[in-house]
Amino acid sequence: MEKPTKSAGRKANLQEFKSGIHHGIPVGLGYFFVSFTLGIAAKKTGLSAIQAALMSLSIHASAGEFAALGIIAAGAGYWEMALTEIIVNLRYLLMSCSLSQKISSGTKFFHRFLIAFDITDEIFAFSVSRPGKLNPFFTYGMMVIASPGWVFGTFVGAAAGGVLPAIVTGAMSIALYGMFISVIIPPARKDKVIAGVVIVSMLLSAAFALIPIIKNISSGFRIIILTVVISAAAAALFPVKEETESKETAE
Amino acid sequence: MKNNVYIYILVMAGVTYLIRLLPLTIFRKEIKNRFVRSFLYYMPYVTLAVMTFPAILSATGNVISSTIGFAAALIIAWLDGNLFKVALGACGAALVSQFIVNLL
Repeated sequence: MEKPTKSAGRKANLQEFKSGIHHGIPVGLGYFFVSFTLGIAAKKTGLSAIQAALMSLSIHASAGEFAALGIIAAGAGYWEMALTEIIVNLRYLLMSCSLSQKISSGTKFFHRFLIAFDITDEIFAFSVSRPGKLNPFFTYGMMVIASPGWVFGTFVGAAAGGVLPAIVTGAMSIALYGMFISVIIPPARKDKVIAGVVIVSMLLSAAFALIPIIKNISSGFRIIILTVVISAAAAALFPVKEETESKETAE
Repeated sequence: MKNNVYIYILVMAGVTYLIRLLPLTIFRKEIKNRFVRSFLYYMPYVTLAVMTFPAILSATGNVISSTIGFAAALIIAWLDGNLFKVALGACGAALVSQFIVNLL
């Protein structure tokens, strides 16, 4: 592998950083919107605006934070908090595995510690779909926009969300799911297998929520069971082609 | 609320960071196995789809406005993947339909 010169590397990093910012803007705005509703929920649970913002800054996980508020409200033990977060956030383990493959082995080790701070569904989706290897500066560009959007939105929601009428906050609760949908639908449009996987996932999830006995499985475990089973079936039936990997590296 | 909020945050932050960090620092060698790579490729779509449906149908507290918001999100995401537009459009559609439902 050829070593690029230092200045060329810097130029590429800056370009990737700018590209990350460009991708991060709609994500940051969307995060503001979703975390606003999170802030409202945090306030109801009894957290101050500062505590809510601190939670968002240190966790960066929508479903994980909503679940955590339930734990805090119930006054449950710390171990239960840890277990719940493991279940709800376990998908990040799989995403990190996937992203780990995307980072060039030549990339300095400390970058992995920084990227790990803010692997969200959206930042993962954009980072993993970069052509070739992932330059960490692309992810940083997204992080510097997306993270403040998430944290500030939580703060404002907790501090001022109470003034909104219930009909507005109710409607805003759908933003979280809108965010998930904006991640899965565009690739499903391009790839019929992904489209099929998405439809099957939703149908089985609905079945799990309705069928007696099975419906008693907690939503955290339902997510994990279905994720493992459906992804494994899709991987066995429709293995991805090798040429989607390109050899180019960005330092 | 009986326990300390800051300890709760510390616990959840620690657990969540480790979940993200460990694969990035341990599994650094390229996975050659085609099945594993395919699994990792499909996995995020499955997780997000499962988390979205059917939970979205009870998001607003009313199944009609939730369904309309869901439909709006799907249509906007299909036409234009922009996260902000999808979130805003879904909320707008849910709000308007909830308003109409309340009038009826």
